Amino acid sequence: MKVRIGLEIHVQLTCLRSKLFCSTPSNYYDKPPNTCVCPVCLGLPGVLPVPNKKAIEAALMVALALNCEIAPKIVFVRKHYFYPDLPKNYQISQYDGPGMIPYARNGYLTIVVDGVKKIVRIRRINIEEDPGRLTYPTGSMITSPYSMVDYNRSGVALLEIVTEPDMESPKEARAFVEKLMAILEYLGVTDTSIEGAFRVDANVSIEGGERVEIKNIGSMKDVEKALNYEILRQRKVLESGGKVLREVRHWDPHKKVTVPVRGKEFEEDYRYFPDPDLPPIIVTKEWLEEIRRKMPELPDARIERFTKQYGLDEYRANILVLSKWLADLFEECAKMYSDYKKLADWLITDFLRWVKELNIDPKKRSWNPRSIVSLLQAMDRGLISVRMAKELMPKVVAEGIDVEKFIEEQKISKITDEKLLESIALEVFRENPKAVKDALKNPKAINFLVGGVMKKTRGRADPELTVKIVKRLLEAVEKGELSI
Amino acid sequence: MDWIRQPAYRLVELFRSDPSKIVDYVDSVYDRIQRVEPLVKAFITIRSREELLEEAQRIAKNVDSYVLPGILVAVKDNISTRGIRTTCASRMLENYVPPYDATVIERLKRAGALILGKTNMDEFAMGSTTETSAFFPTKNPWDLSRVPGGSSGGSAAALAAGEATLALGSDTGGSIRNPAAFTATYGLKPTYGLVSRFGLIAYASSLDQIGPMARCVEDLALLLQVIAGFDPRDATSLPVAVPNYLEELNRLWHEEPRLRIAVLRSLVEVSEEGVRKVFEDALNKLCSRHECEDVEVPYRDQIVAAYYIVAMAEASSNLARYDGVRYGLKTSFEGRSWIDVYTEVRTKGFGYEVRKRIALGAFVLSAGYRDAYYLKALRFRRLLKEYFDGLYKRFDIVVSPTMPILPPRLGELVSDPLRMYMADINTVIANLIGCPAISIPIGFYNGLPVGLQAMSKPLNEVTLLYLGKELQESLGYANLVSEVIR
Ligand SMILES: [Zn+2]
Repeated sequence: MKVRIGLEIHVQLTCLRSKLFCSTPSNYYDKPPNTCVCPVCLGLPGVLPVPNKKAIEAALMVALALNCEIAPKIVFVRKHYFYPDLPKNYQISQYDGPGMIPYARNGYLTIVVDGVKKIVRIRRINIEEDPGRLTYPTGSMITSPYSMVDYNRSGVALLEIVTEPDMESPKEARAFVEKLMAILEYLGVTDTSIEGAFRVDANVSIEGGERVEIKNIGSMKDVEKALNYEILRQRKVLESGGKVLREVRHWDPHKKVTVPVRGKEFEEDYRYFPDPDLPPIIVTKEWLEEIRRKMPELPDARIERFTKQYGLDEYRANILVLSKWLADLFEECAKMYSDYKKLADWLITDFLRWVKELNIDPKKRSWNPRSIVSLLQAMDRGLISVRMAKELMPKVVAEGIDVEKFIEEQKISKITDEKLLESIALEVFRENPKAVKDALKNPKAINFLVGGVMKKTRGRADPELTVKIVKRLLEAVEKGELSI
Repeated sequence: MDWIRQPAYRLVELFRSDPSKIVDYVDSVYDRIQRVEPLVKAFITIRSREELLEEAQRIAKNVDSYVLPGILVAVKDNISTRGIRTTCASRMLENYVPPYDATVIERLKRAGALILGKTNMDEFAMGSTTETSAFFPTKNPWDLSRVPGGSSGGSAAALAAGEATLALGSDTGGSIRNPAAFTATYGLKPTYGLVSRFGLIAYASSLDQIGPMARCVEDLALLLQVIAGFDPRDATSLPVAVPNYLEELNRLWHEEPRLRIAVLRSLVEVSEEGVRKVFEDALNKLCSRHECEDVEVPYRDQIVAAYYIVAMAEASSNLARYDGVRYGLKTSFEGRSWIDVYTEVRTKGFGYEVRKRIALGAFVLSAGYRDAYYLKALRFRRLLKEYFDGLYKRFDIVVSPTMPILPPRLGELVSDPLRMYMADINTVIANLIGCPAISIPIGFYNGLPVGLQAMSKPLNEVTLLYLGKELQESLGYANLVSEVIR
């Protein structure tokens, strides 16, 4: 049964200093409620919106990066509905209709899933204002005796990006969101690490069923989880002979299920019409060219460059590039270290693992490229083992230590002294006669003895040398040259 | 000294030579208000004498740095004034005090003018008689049994009754010109975008303009000078250089250019007899010095319909924000759904005319009807503009009576809404096409004022002022103040 998934993604343009139609600061994220407001974003009587030129430029940049056709004029429209978080009871947005047009249409984005490239079409992008927010004292609408409105978010510049239903699996949907977020990050228009900076709605249909909309997905991981859950749910309905009805469902991130939203009794009529307060903004070729010139290198171009310049395969290039900070770090290290594949591998695996484990914000950059390179070089020069390198990684990540200096100071370089290792191995043999017997019968049991040496040296023993010595001692025992 | 009838431009000269006179002037006008206001009811809010005198004294210390030092200006109550309640003559905003000044108010203050108070109007500017005010109707100072016109009826009445020297109005479909005509005062609707709308509580955004009202052409020019000009807070504001209107007016007055004048003949024909007679007399005077030619008014049946569709559609959207959540009329939220709260607030807060226009506006924008009404009206608007663009290539000025009727008695028009809407036909054209238009007093018929409307191509306010000056000088209707007899 074929699955079709389309996404509708709302992204705030967090790069802006002010809101979309007034000069109120837009970084409301840690501000007390209703302190980031002015008469315009509160919709007081008599106020007028004035478009933020920077916001329009950022929006145009996104449209160019997503290969969209751009409308010759940016037409703002009013979308009417009554809700307390909407101060004017209409939202300034865009619409496709007579005299109205989304500013960007018919774009596409390339994603790679399991090594296969795929094109996802983008139907349209709207630029619009974010509404305020309703908050509930108990956190739930149902149990709270009252609700509170916070207009700090009201008027923040928002893009609504709508795809065609081109994705066929939750994995593809996640890949799309990740790629989109990477592009926004590269353009510098959205800091996707800010909570609330992006929200995803998805629509899913399985062959033979109607389209179901899922609202309220707040993170990249949840895109995949919510879709997996929903597809499983729809499959079960269809397999048991039921019908999947057209409906709207909410993603509950705590219970990890989708739940139906109470159906509206009637189809909402938003009474769209062009906002008479906002004359259309003409988008000239010259303006677009100027914006295009300001655009940085985008992920696809960078992936291609990584494969050519550093000889990386697409898989590694993809992982590096989709995290802009990681790709930047790679390039800084690559200036000092030329085994690019090894560098890439260590960054993608151990380095990244510790960044996540230690929960370090990549923006804080507790590490430095010099430290990472010193680790790899110490390994190359045989000063430390792979295992020691892995053990030192958290210090590289969290403190940015110079590895060579560190091992000198701490005297923790690899033990390559054969005599010393042999005497330690003998100790291990004497303490574990049973293990020696086992190892004589079963070659795999040798690991216990090697591990014993490692333990005694706190991992500093050269592993290859240790194996060699343990094998030699076992041979001697077998031949009767050595008794324990 | 008769302070009441003095035009502003002369007062300014007087105050410059003797600043102490400002206080005398303010006192006299305030006395006049106390005498006639109970009869006329032009104001919703009047500031206290003490407050005004205090401001007058401050300005008197520095008269030379102001364009309008100490001049008392009555402001229509849909223009936001910081710290002074701004009601739009609606229960919905009865206690609303704006935290900011409209751009025109900032400019008036910078010019040293004194904001005297806030004038009565039709609720949210929806009406032509000032009778839809939620508080009380305003009376016509020339005949207290009649309406002063609307929706800027309070501003016009205040001028005609000698309660203010200058006034601000707003004009969406004739709301400045209609009351100017009914009160023998001068009113100008500027080119759309010439005066900032920031702070004007919107009725129909694509039609609304703030404009000057006065008792003579020179004062109209003076006030326009202060309020006109680009405003970065209004995206529809025109980035144009503003001419010196008084200088330009004087230049034309001396040059005496011959104008090509188009007369909208059919609008004259359908006017009431009294209006027609007074209009023809004035026209004869004009035609003796200028080239006059009758022209047709196309689409006469569609103009008012198109106007009301656009105005109501935009109004239904602009007035959506009045829901009792953030400001304005409030009700209990306890245990009620938002829909309940909204319904109660909007039913109690808005009067019948406003509710009607919101409902009709929502209807013409709704899916399935938008194409047949709203979009068609927009297409018609373009067509009308093309026709007038053509006229303005051949003519400098297009004239007609401002109103096809004489000031009606109180209650007469509100009970006949279609007749009331149809009476707007002459004035709505300028709003639909965005061009400037002036109303000039040209005489009385049975003691009731009649006005002439002149329109010109956009940004040609100077020519309208010139025509106004010519009629003012030849007919003598300058600085008229009614005695206000019970
Ligand atoms: Zn704001």
